[in-house]
Amino acid sequence: MADTVDTLVKFSKVQKSYDGETLVIKNLDLDVMRGEFLTMLGPSGSGKTTCLMMLAGFEPATHGEIYLDGKPINDVPPHKRGIGMVFQNYALFPHMTVAENLSFPLQVRNLDSGEVADRVKKVLGMVQLEGFGGRRPNQLSGGQQQRVAVARALVFDPLLVLMDEPLGALDRQLREQMQYEIKHIHENLGVTVVYVTHDQGEALTMSNRIAVFNEGVVQQLASPDDLYERPDNSFVAQFVGENNRFSGKVTGLNGNSCTVELDVGGEVHALKVNVGEVGEKTQMSLRPERVEVNPPHGKYQNVFEGVVKELIYLGDHIRTRASVCGQDDFVVKVPNSSGHVHLKEGEIVKFGWKMEDCRALDAKK
Amino acid sequence: MTLKGQILAADGTPLKVKLAQTNRRRRLRAIWLVTPLLLFVGITFLIPIADMLFRSIDDPVVNRLLPETSKQLESWDGRGLPPELAFDSLASELRARRADQSIGKLASRLNFEKSGMRSLITKSGRKLKKIKEGPFKEKLIKIDKKWKDRDTWVVIKRLSSPYTGVHYLAAIDRKLDSEGDIVFQPEHRQIYVLLWVRTLWISVAVTVFCLLLGYPVSYLLATLPLRISNLLLILVLLPFWTSLLVRTTSWIVLLQSHGVINDLMVVLGIIGEEQRIRMIYNQTGTLIAMTQILLPFMILPLYSVMKTIPPSYMRAAQSLGASPAWSFFKVYLPQTIPGIGAGSLLVFILAIGYYITPALVGGQDGQLISNFIAHHMKFSLNWGLAGALGSILLASVLLLYWVYNKIVGIENMKLG
Ligand SMILES: Nc1ncnc2c1ncn2[C@@H]1O[C@H](COP(=O)(O)OP(=O)(O)OP(=O)(O)O)[C@@H](O)[C@H]1O
Ligand SMILES: [Mg+2]
Repeated sequence: MADTVDTLVKFSKVQKSYDGETLVIKNLDLDVMRGEFLTMLGPSGSGKTTCLMMLAGFEPATHGEIYLDGKPINDVPPHKRGIGMVFQNYALFPHMTVAENLSFPLQVRNLDSGEVADRVKKVLGMVQLEGFGGRRPNQLSGGQQQRVAVARALVFDPLLVLMDEPLGALDRQLREQMQYEIKHIHENLGVTVVYVTHDQGEALTMSNRIAVFNEGVVQQLASPDDLYERPDNSFVAQFVGENNRFSGKVTGLNGNSCTVELDVGGEVHALKVNVGEVGEKTQMSLRPERVEVNPPHGKYQNVFEGVVKELIYLGDHIRTRASVCGQDDFVVKVPNSSGHVHLKEGEIVKFGWKMEDCRALDAKK
Repeated sequence: MTLKGQILAADGTPLKVKLAQTNRRRRLRAIWLVTPLLLFVGITFLIPIADMLFRSIDDPVVNRLLPETSKQLESWDGRGLPPELAFDSLASELRARRADQSIGKLASRLNFEKSGMRSLITKSGRKLKKIKEGPFKEKLIKIDKKWKDRDTWVVIKRLSSPYTGVHYLAAIDRKLDSEGDIVFQPEHRQIYVLLWVRTLWISVAVTVFCLLLGYPVSYLLATLPLRISNLLLILVLLPFWTSLLVRTTSWIVLLQSHGVINDLMVVLGIIGEEQRIRMIYNQTGTLIAMTQILLPFMILPLYSVMKTIPPSYMRAAQSLGASPAWSFFKVYLPQTIPGIGAGSLLVFILAIGYYITPALVGGQDGQLISNFIAHHMKFSLNWGLAGALGSILLASVLLLYWVYNKIVGIENMKLG
C-alpha cells in the first residue's frame, strides 16, 4: 500500500452526542488510508461503535463531516454508502440459507443469477465453506457463522468493510485462527478494513494502524510497534501492553532526556516524551521486558535495589514481582534463557534499565 | 458389569429394566401432579363437548316411543305403503303411548318434521282406544285418510333411527324431502348459510384490521426504549383490566346516532343533523367493537416475536444495499411470520365464536352464528340444531389449526 496511499475515509471535526448533554465523540479527526487495516481500540464506552455507526450511516453526526472517497456522506442513507459491515452477533438472516444470505446484496444490486451464483461460490471458497450454501445459519458453528458474515460483507466488493468486535463471541483458539484468516483476506483482496475491538492483542496482531480511543478522543494513532514501544501518553502506555509506572517531579531537562525525582525519593533518568517544565509532575512508563536483573556495573544509568516478592513460572519467562522504588507491583520478565539468574522470594537484588526505555509522560493518573 | 452383553446395574437387574423403572416412577409422579387439572378439564371441557357432539345427532323420541314400528319400517323400501304388520304395531304402540301419556311428546316430535302430524297422532290415539281387534290397516285409514298417504309413513320411518343428520342439514339451510333427497329449505327459512358467510367475513375482517393496526404498535413496542415501551404495553393491556361489558357499552356510548362521535361531527359541521351515521347496531358496530377488543390478542404474540429480532438485522440488510422498505419486506417481515400466524389464528378463532359483543352492538345484521347457537339453547330449545352449529364451528377451528400447522408449524407459534 506504500505508494498508492490516499485517503478513503476522512472524519473531519466530528462530534456526537446522544442526549444533548455529553459528547460521546469529541472533535474527531481521523483519516483511513485506502487499503489499510485500521483498528479502533479502546475501553468499553469509549465511542468506538458510535464512530462505526456514524460511518455506516446508522447514527447521524451531531457536528462535523465524514468523507468517503472524497465525497461528504452525511446525507447519504446507509444503503447507498456501499460499505460492508460485520456485526458482533453476525446478523445472518435466520430465515435464509447461507447462499441466500450471500446473494442478498447481489440481488439488491440486480446482478443476473449466473453472476450471483458465481460470486457466491467464489466467496464461499474464500472462507473455506464450500458445500455449506444450503444450510441455515443456525445449523452452523459460531466460527462458521462468523465466516459467512465476513463473506457476506465482502461479496459485493465494497470499498470499505467495517467490523465491530466480530470475534467477541468466539473462544480463544478460534479467535486466533479467525484473526489470521481475516488478516489474509484483507491482504489478498486489498479492501480497506475498519475494525473495532477492545482486545489489544487482537489489535496488535491484525492492524496496519491502531487508533486508541478513550472518552471519545483518539489518544494515539500509530502502527502497532510504535504504539507499544513509543506510547505518546500514559493512557496508551497503560492500555496497550503491561507497564511499570512511577510518578515524580521533573528536576532537570537535558536534550531528549530528563531527570525525575520520585515521590518516594530517588532519581530516575528518563526519555523526555510528554513532560512540561522543570518542577511539573510526570508519570514514567517502563515495559517489564526492558528491565535487567543484577546488571553489570555501569551498564545502566538507572539501577535500583528491590525485594523479590513473587515468582511465577510461565515457561518462556519468569514473571517476577518485586518492590522497587516504593512500587509494590514492579514487574520484571526474566527470560528463561540458559544461564539466567535464579531468584528466590525475599532476596534483595538490583534492577537496571536504560534511560531510553523509561518514557516520561503526562502525569494524568 | 456385563453379563452376556447386557449391562447390569449395581443391584444386578439389567440396566435397561432399571432405567425403565425409574422413568416410570417419574412419569407417574408427573401424572399425579396434573391429575386435578386433567379432571377439571375433563369435566368442564371435554364432557360438554362430547355431549354437544352427541346431541347434534341424537334423535331418540320416535325410536324409543315406537320401537316395534321402527323395526317394521326398517325393511320397508319407501314405495307404496308399509306392510300390514307396521300398521298393527303402530296401532298397539299408539294405544300404549296414550296409556302412559307420552303420546304428546311423540306427536310434537313428528309435527316438528311435518305439520299436521300432531293432530293425526293424537286423533288416532284417541280413536284407537275403542278399537281392540285388527286388522288395523283399514281401521287406521278409516280414522284418518292420511294413513294412506305414503309421506306420513316416510316421516315416521325417517325419524325411527335413534340418530339423525337433519340438524347438520338444517345448519346449512338444507332438509330432506319426502323422496329422501337433500333440498334447500324454503326461501323464508334460509338463514344459516348467510350467517356462516357473515361470521366468516367478519372474523376475517376483524383479523385483518387487528393485524393492520397491531403490527405497527407491536413494532413500536419492540423497538422503543424499555421505559416508554413498558408504558405503551400497559396501554395495550389496559382493556384486559376493564370488563368486557363495560368496554362494549362504552362503544355504544361513543358510536350511537346520538353518541359522542356523531354529536362531535355534527357540531364540527362535518355532517348535517339529518346525516348522522349509523355506526352501531349493524355490522360496522360489530366490526369496530370486536377489533378493539381482540387487538391485544394480536399485539402480544407479534410483540413477543418482534422482541427477539435484534435491530442489527435491519441494519445489516441496509448495509448490504437494501432500501429500508426492501429490508423490511425481505428481512423483517419474514421473521415475524410466526407472530402473524399465532396472532391471526388466535384472533380469528376468538372472533368466529364471539358472542357478547355482536349480541350487544350487532343489531339485526351484525349477529353471528354464536348468537344463534345461544338463541337455540335458551329460547327455541332446539339443542340438536345448537349442537350441530357448535360442532361445525368446532370443526372449522380444528381445520384452521391443522392448516396453520401445515403452513407455519405449530411449534413455531409464539403466544407471548
Ligand atoms: N443509542 C444510544 N443512546 C444513548 N447513548 C448511547 C447510545 N449508544 C451508545 N451510547 C453511549 O455512548 C458511549 C459510547 O458508546 P459506544 O457504543 O460507542 O462504546 P464502545 O466503545 O463501542 O464500547 P464497547 O467496547 O463496550 O462496545 C457510551 O457511554 C454509551 O453509553
Ligand atoms: Mg461497541
